[in-house]
Amino acid sequence: MDRPIRVLVAKPGLDGHDRGAKVVARALRDAGMEVIYTGLRQTPDQIVNAAIQEDVDCVAISILSGAHNTLLPKVVKLLAEQDASDILVVGGGVIPDEDIPFLKENGIAEIFTPGTPTSVTIEFIKANVNR
Amino acid sequence: MFDKGKMAQVSEGLEKFNEKTKSMLAKNPERLEKFVSGSGDEVKGLYTPADLEEFDYSDIGFPGEYPYTRGVQPNMYRGRLWTMRMYAGFATAEESNKRYKYLVEQGSSGLSVAFDLPTQIGYDSDHELSEGEVGKVGVAIDSLADMEILFDGIPLDKVSTSMTINAPASVLLAMYIAVAEKQGVSSDKLRGTIQNDILKEYIARGTYIFPTEPSMRLITDIFEYCSKDVPLWNTISISGYHIREAGSTAAQEVGFTIADGIAYVEAAIKAGLDVDTFAPRLSFFFNAHNDLLEEVAKYRAARTLWAKIMKERFGAKNPKSMALKFHTQTGGSTLTAQQPENNIVRVAIQTLAAVLGGTQSLHTNSKDEALALPTEDSVRVALRTQQIVAHESGVTNTVDPLAGSYFIEAKTKEIMDKAMEYITKVDDLGGAPKAIDQGYIQQEIMDAAYYYQKEVETGERIVVGMNKYQIEESAPKDLLRVDPIVGENAKKKLADLRANRDNAAVEEKLAALRTACEGSQNVMPVIIEAVKVYATLGEICGVMRDVFGEYQQSVNL
Amino acid sequence: MNIEAKLLEGNKRAVARLITLVENKDEAAFELLKKLHNKTGNAYVVGITGPPGAGKSTLTDKLVKRLLDEGKKVGVIAVDPTSPFTGGAILGDRVRMTGLSTHPNVFIRSMGARGSLGGISEGTSAAIKVLDIYGADYIFVETVGVGQSEIDIVKNCDTTVMVMVPGLGDDIQAIKAGIMEIGDVFAINKADRDGAKKTAREINAMLDYSSKDWRPPVKMTIAMNNDGIEELFEGISEHRNYMASTGLFETRRINNTKNEIVELVKHRVLEHLFDNAYNEQLINSLSVNIVKRETDPYTACDEIMHNIKKN
Repeated sequence: MDRPIRVLVAKPGLDGHDRGAKVVARALRDAGMEVIYTGLRQTPDQIVNAAIQEDVDCVAISILSGAHNTLLPKVVKLLAEQDASDILVVGGGVIPDEDIPFLKENGIAEIFTPGTPTSVTIEFIKANVNR
Repeated sequence: MFDKGKMAQVSEGLEKFNEKTKSMLAKNPERLEKFVSGSGDEVKGLYTPADLEEFDYSDIGFPGEYPYTRGVQPNMYRGRLWTMRMYAGFATAEESNKRYKYLVEQGSSGLSVAFDLPTQIGYDSDHELSEGEVGKVGVAIDSLADMEILFDGIPLDKVSTSMTINAPASVLLAMYIAVAEKQGVSSDKLRGTIQNDILKEYIARGTYIFPTEPSMRLITDIFEYCSKDVPLWNTISISGYHIREAGSTAAQEVGFTIADGIAYVEAAIKAGLDVDTFAPRLSFFFNAHNDLLEEVAKYRAARTLWAKIMKERFGAKNPKSMALKFHTQTGGSTLTAQQPENNIVRVAIQTLAAVLGGTQSLHTNSKDEALALPTEDSVRVALRTQQIVAHESGVTNTVDPLAGSYFIEAKTKEIMDKAMEYITKVDDLGGAPKAIDQGYIQQEIMDAAYYYQKEVETGERIVVGMNKYQIEESAPKDLLRVDPIVGENAKKKLADLRANRDNAAVEEKLAALRTACEGSQNVMPVIIEAVKVYATLGEICGVMRDVFGEYQQSVNL
Repeated sequence: MNIEAKLLEGNKRAVARLITLVENKDEAAFELLKKLHNKTGNAYVVGITGPPGAGKSTLTDKLVKRLLDEGKKVGVIAVDPTSPFTGGAILGDRVRMTGLSTHPNVFIRSMGARGSLGGISEGTSAAIKVLDIYGADYIFVETVGVGQSEIDIVKNCDTTVMVMVPGLGDDIQAIKAGIMEIGDVFAINKADRDGAKKTAREINAMLDYSSKDWRPPVKMTIAMNNDGIEELFEGISEHRNYMASTGLFETRRINNTKNEIVELVKHRVLEHLFDNAYNEQLINSLSVNIVKRETDPYTACDEIMHNIKKN
């Protein structure tokens, strides 16, 4: 049986803008995935714990506050400490292009910048989860 | 308003026109199957007097008079232009102070302070959750010391300052009052605004701290305090901007904002305040999106609805209680990361919309804001946009120039009716706080946002440069960046502050604050005392968190 | 990863992986459940059900916190509807329990109903067992809360808490008697709202007609404020003690298990039915013929049964 892909949509830090996260969550559901949405104000610790308990295939992080260079690598690091590096980590929000190489070096598989159609995100996740 | 006989003639003519058009369309189909406004409402090919059969001039009246459809002052921009108030703040108080002086030099007529997220959520720069966030989306203010630097060399009796602060608004206002006092300016001379609109935080913006009840108490405490001690201060900026940014339609922006306004008025009346005392100091904050005509109709609809509600529902007698004054910001969510120069054009259209709509104050976004805070150069262009509209476009020569347009009057009524439906629905659910509790408002906005996204992704809705007319482009250069050292330095400053202040006094004042919070005395005087002895924002909010608890989010997807 | 070893150590990743495997009917995973069956039976399973918006998740969050204060280990399974069209789901209950994510003694798992109308799939039953093996003292199962899910949950838990909300007055009349009977404890949440006392009266009135020995307590709660949680927990404990002292605890578990094995067999038979390509072909052609009026559904059924027995 082809089981649904499970994705954790997470809002780390203090950023309260959740329109994008919610739109992506719905789009992922419409594409047949099971989406766990964390809500706002998540610490990297909370995100990783949720990812592990929910046994997700992908963690999709939405951040618009400029704190991405701190928070995204932290999530990747904590996942590694829990032996969970097989979980795909992607991000989106207000993230300048010039920060993307740094984020990719730190284990984020892809960054979806403003204007990316949800179909692109969906296809990437489908193609890159480790199953 | 139109002669019955002449009206019949128009209707007849219209029928013939529609017939002729139908046969023409059969051979030459229109570009699109349906033409819709920015909010997705269908727009007809032609509007005529027939669309205003029920309309009478007394429905909209004269500017400066009930129901204020045409504007809140009799001569609007002929008397005074809107305040060009650019939202700014980043990194440190020193850098932000520099930016404020630059903006004033370049012709902006009011200050607008952007605070970073830790400040907005009541955390000091050294809190665990502040990691990576200090100074990123606004200036970091941990104590009165930072506030003093922020306004260094800026005479508070000569400027008006808007502060975008909500949950801890009481604390930042207290700091502002304390800084003014040090400058020798008494609080009764201070002019400005605090956003102080917690309901929209729960709905769309997310920088809440405390649960609903204590938050409303803080808000009404501020209303009461300012009505006596800071009478020229706008104590709240009831916001639709963020509701629209979260994806709502224009009618929802008006409906939900006014529903929030109703909740605040009810809370203030319940707290024993007289409506005509606090209502004149209520202000609003709306968005300006790309569909110029829809936006103009929206502002007119908002003014009309508010006036009616204040008069009929709350029995206001003071004309100032019924006149809706508002600040506008051009829509951030309309900006594209692709081909950023296009954003300058978008902002120009949105500026026109706000001005034709009669705004009292305006912030224009910069071209690079899809990706970062603005540089000095890009913010200057944004300011110039306002100045060009003000001095070169002619739209400020006369009041409410679009009035009488068949389309504009029909659209104004349409938005009013739609908004009223939303207000009624919220009323049926028990008012805005309860409607938010049940997730109704958030769900409506979410549905609209998703619908819009689908339109864009299918290409039904064109966003130039993004889903049509794209080019190969390289990453934009020279974006504003906030150095991570800002966070480190802020932590050091805090340590120094704590070592050098009178900690006994701080303890005492925080204890007094706790007592005030637990009881029903007005918290403002106690908070002012606390900030003066350099209790930090985090410490003050910490006491309030302890007494009031924290808001529990719920989610409706 | 050696799931068995790590599971018995209490490693959360192993727990999570095993739940995924059993939810997706992995053979090896079921072998493991067979092997470890004697490690199940210790957890007390509490079902939380009720209409959407009643505050089930918030209530569960508070009950869990109370148990954590006692040093207990708690598992939570939160079930949300799966879209029948896309097969996807938004699992949003975790948001209301966000503070618990990092507590060492809590395990929270969100599950999609995945086609089971009742909201309690086989996957849920299996997940309960995994959390049992993990060492949970209590397992809360929070359901979708519409229609049949209330019935299904009784068959999977030891105590069912029915969460209601004031202002549903008219809806209570509309609620079928069967559903009212499954609540072992009633919680009227958001009890600060208008109509709370009226709702309590109406529920008590309906309960007066019940012929059961156990009289479900009706507790008033305001989960958001942590009000009434202690009393609600007392109600659950009362029910637990009642069942223990009357021997009903074991009877109920036996009945639940009876139901479980019947369901497992049903599913297995259906799988077998459709696994067999010949049968699927047969069903397809029969359906075409039925619509053409060349045969009828009852005759078709006889034919299929005959084929199953043959194969």
